[in-house]
Amino acid sequence: MARLLILGAGIAGQTAALHARNKLSSKHEVIVISPNSKWNWIPSNIWVGTGYMKPEQVTFPLAPVYAKSNIIFHQAKAVSVHPEGDSTTSLPFVTIEYTLPEKLGHIEKITYDYLINATGPKLNFDATKGLGPDKNSLSVCTFSHAHDTSKVLAEVIARMKKGEKQTLLIGTGHGNCTCQGAAFEYLFNVEFELRKQNVRDKTKIIWISNEFELGDFGIGGMFLKRGGYVTHSRIFTESLYTERGIEWITQAHVKEVLPGQTIYENLDGEEKTVNHDFAMLLPPFSGVGLKAFNKNSEDITSQLFAPNGFMIVDGDYTKKPYEEWKPGDWPKTYQSPKYKNIFAAGIAFAPPHAISKPMTNPNGIPIFPTPPRTGMPSGVMARQIAFNIADMIEGREAGPKRKASMANMGAACIASAGANFLKGTAVSMTMYPIIPDFEKYPDTGRDLNYTSGEIGLAGHWIKHFLHYAFLYKAKANPFWRIVPE
Amino acid sequence: MPVRKPFEQSYYPPVPTKLTKSFRTNLVWQFFRFLVLNIRMLRMIRKH
Repeated sequence: MARLLILGAGIAGQTAALHARNKLSSKHEVIVISPNSKWNWIPSNIWVGTGYMKPEQVTFPLAPVYAKSNIIFHQAKAVSVHPEGDSTTSLPFVTIEYTLPEKLGHIEKITYDYLINATGPKLNFDATKGLGPDKNSLSVCTFSHAHDTSKVLAEVIARMKKGEKQTLLIGTGHGNCTCQGAAFEYLFNVEFELRKQNVRDKTKIIWISNEFELGDFGIGGMFLKRGGYVTHSRIFTESLYTERGIEWITQAHVKEVLPGQTIYENLDGEEKTVNHDFAMLLPPFSGVGLKAFNKNSEDITSQLFAPNGFMIVDGDYTKKPYEEWKPGDWPKTYQSPKYKNIFAAGIAFAPPHAISKPMTNPNGIPIFPTPPRTGMPSGVMARQIAFNIADMIEGREAGPKRKASMANMGAACIASAGANFLKGTAVSMTMYPIIPDFEKYPDTGRDLNYTSGEIGLAGHWIKHFLHYAFLYKAKANPFWRIVPE
Repeated sequence: MPVRKPFEQSYYPPVPTKLTKSFRTNLVWQFFRFLVLNIRMLRMIRKH
């Protein structure tokens, strides 16, 4: 009997758990540890944030799904990893602390044969003074944050209906944020909602971002064939902002959020302020803060995790300038180089470097997006890791054979720009590969036959359909495997 | 809605015409695009 332990039950953790359970014979155990009792389809949180959806529509309880799937579930947070065991056992284990109300605070050791770290990010609101829903800005990162944000938005709309003019600031709350796509979606859904409520003329909407230019999205933007030209996504994105009457501030590191005012520094090193009545600013991400210890209980966290808290895997982490970055730097199997039975999937793995070009202002503040690795790539790498581990447990392979490098992986992304079945729109994007390869595709970094983008109602239909398809899959309902990652 | 003022940031980007915008929500055209987009995404999935 072998035991696969999965830390996290988000997109990566859930995908890995279901695929591993499906591939492994019943004598082997699959255990999932998650501090949350509910699964959350995070891409739809932006719709909770405008009131288009309720939190119950983007979540479901995890325990019944795992019970029917023969997966053991502990509602707890992982505290530390002990890959060599300790003085009492030679078996590797993870220390967990229960968040389940009945066992709250109870500490337990769970041994494992294979470990997948799919803990996702820590929402690092503390990186910026005054940032976060407990302080002076709002968030849509979790369904509860999004629900609270929708209430504030409703209050803002009510004030506009009374004739008050309001300024809305939406974007990223730190120079190293990722997930510009989520903020982008929220921005355009809010703008759509304001038009629907006939208060758009009472609103000034400002986008603030750490991107060098609009349309970067942490992937350095992308080139598209359109109208007889090969054009950068910056042009299309600026066009959409202009069409919808949205002002933009780019190259911005938010230093501090005060009630009604945000202070930011730009790439020129200038400090500026923007006043607002509503601020939804995403935080930067870091690892969840897992510690690691060897057999002698010595701290080996720095051997397993990068300084940002994400797990070191089989990438090339050598420090080198942007000009020397190669697609081959990116991990392929997501296996820890130090402990071969440990893997990391989704946001939890440490990227070797950014995708967008790093920029630093004269005051030494880095202002550039960190690489996104959510959604489709997360699911694909989690599935491949699960298959590899199942093969190793069942004795079919000695090591991980399947690869899922973001340098050889494409992605499809639907970014909502307004939710309505007849008048809504979404930007539908595909790209291949995710990591630009300027040796293979010298001018554009990506294959133009597989890289595309357009806006329209069809995109909204697809996003809505995918919402239900992914919830269906995550619930492990019959034939869930036909829904792709 | 957008007001373009000379030499401000919104002065330079291309803006869609009314016809282009109408196609974005035209049910017949968007049904066709729905099919095209699904095929595009399936091609992407097959590459994994």
